[in-house]
Amino acid sequence: MDFDFQNIVTISVYGSAIALILIGIYAVLIKKHLIKIVIGMSLVDAGLHLLFVAIGYINNGTAPIFSPGYEDAATNMVDPVPQALVLTAIVIGFAVTAVALSLVIRLYKHHGTVRIDEIKSLKW
Amino acid sequence: MKKFFVIALLAILGFYLTIAFLQIPFGQNRLGQPQDEATVGAYYLNNTKEKSAVSNVVTAIVVNYRGFDTLGEVTVLFLASTGLASILYRRKEEEVERINKPSSSLLQTGSKFLFPLVVLLGIYVFIHGHLTPGGGFQGGAIIATGFLLMLIAYQKYHVSHSMLTWVESLAGVLFVSIGLWGLITGGTFLENSYFPKGVLNSLISGGAIPIIYIAVGFKVAAELTGVLDILLNTKEEKSVPSNQNEK
Repeated sequence: MDFDFQNIVTISVYGSAIALILIGIYAVLIKKHLIKIVIGMSLVDAGLHLLFVAIGYINNGTAPIFSPGYEDAATNMVDPVPQALVLTAIVIGFAVTAVALSLVIRLYKHHGTVRIDEIKSLKW
Repeated sequence: MKKFFVIALLAILGFYLTIAFLQIPFGQNRLGQPQDEATVGAYYLNNTKEKSAVSNVVTAIVVNYRGFDTLGEVTVLFLASTGLASILYRRKEEEVERINKPSSSLLQTGSKFLFPLVVLLGIYVFIHGHLTPGGGFQGGAIIATGFLLMLIAYQKYHVSHSMLTWVESLAGVLFVSIGLWGLITGGTFLENSYFPKGVLNSLISGGAIPIIYIAVGFKVAAELTGVLDILLNTKEEKSVPSNQNEK
């Protein structure tokens, strides 16, 4: 693979999305602080959204909106389906984060700590 | 040791993800020609302008082509806010001061000045959801940030939960009844053929799509505001945590 501009863009876009996903999984698996685990889940979300939108992108494409002046640009538009799916996924990600944070608040109220290695009743 | 295994696992995962995604060339046109559509996205791009007179194709997909999915999505949001309220349920009597120090009068006056403007921007974004980038979800999120500003600036500021419930329920009922009306008149749920389509790129265009997106905007704004209000009004209890005794 020769390193022209197109390849550099490809590797950097996909690479940053995959790196976000991996950092998120690392945080979920390694970190002991519950808030950091929730942040890791949000990072996985963000990486997936970036990956989705990147797959739908077309070189020199415009946004899929028929604004005045772009009424006949349908052949030059990026794929709208991944964008609509990401819109859905962002809302679901918000719901997941909100419920996870409320569970963290309950755990903190019950155990007095947010570190999972200090919650004794989880061990057996 | 555990860290080593996790890093090895992530390295394997990252390697295969990279290999897989390098097979998909970035920025290549995969939509096919207008006569020979290769993906469903190309069909939407070629037909949305004539069939529903909506300029924002993403809005047409979210509200019309995948409208049922959006109904499920706002249901998930509703369940999240209800679940949050039930997890963090607290009786009215244990009302405690949220923040001990009141915010400065500069912040309070500034938020009072900005709040109507933020709400106006949110309303603009969801009313023009079928013409410009934006829509019900984005506009609702903007309105919720306006309420967040007020909740942070004023200790005593409370959003009436019965009003939020009413707005949310009416918006949901409007969405479902438009869908059912389409089922009665057109034969499919959310059929978009009984409203005048209007002219492309004018405010009143797209049939039922702007109405549904305005309903979604109100619903999302009410739900997000409810979630923020519940989260901000949660106070750690004064009593001794239960596992303190075990130590």
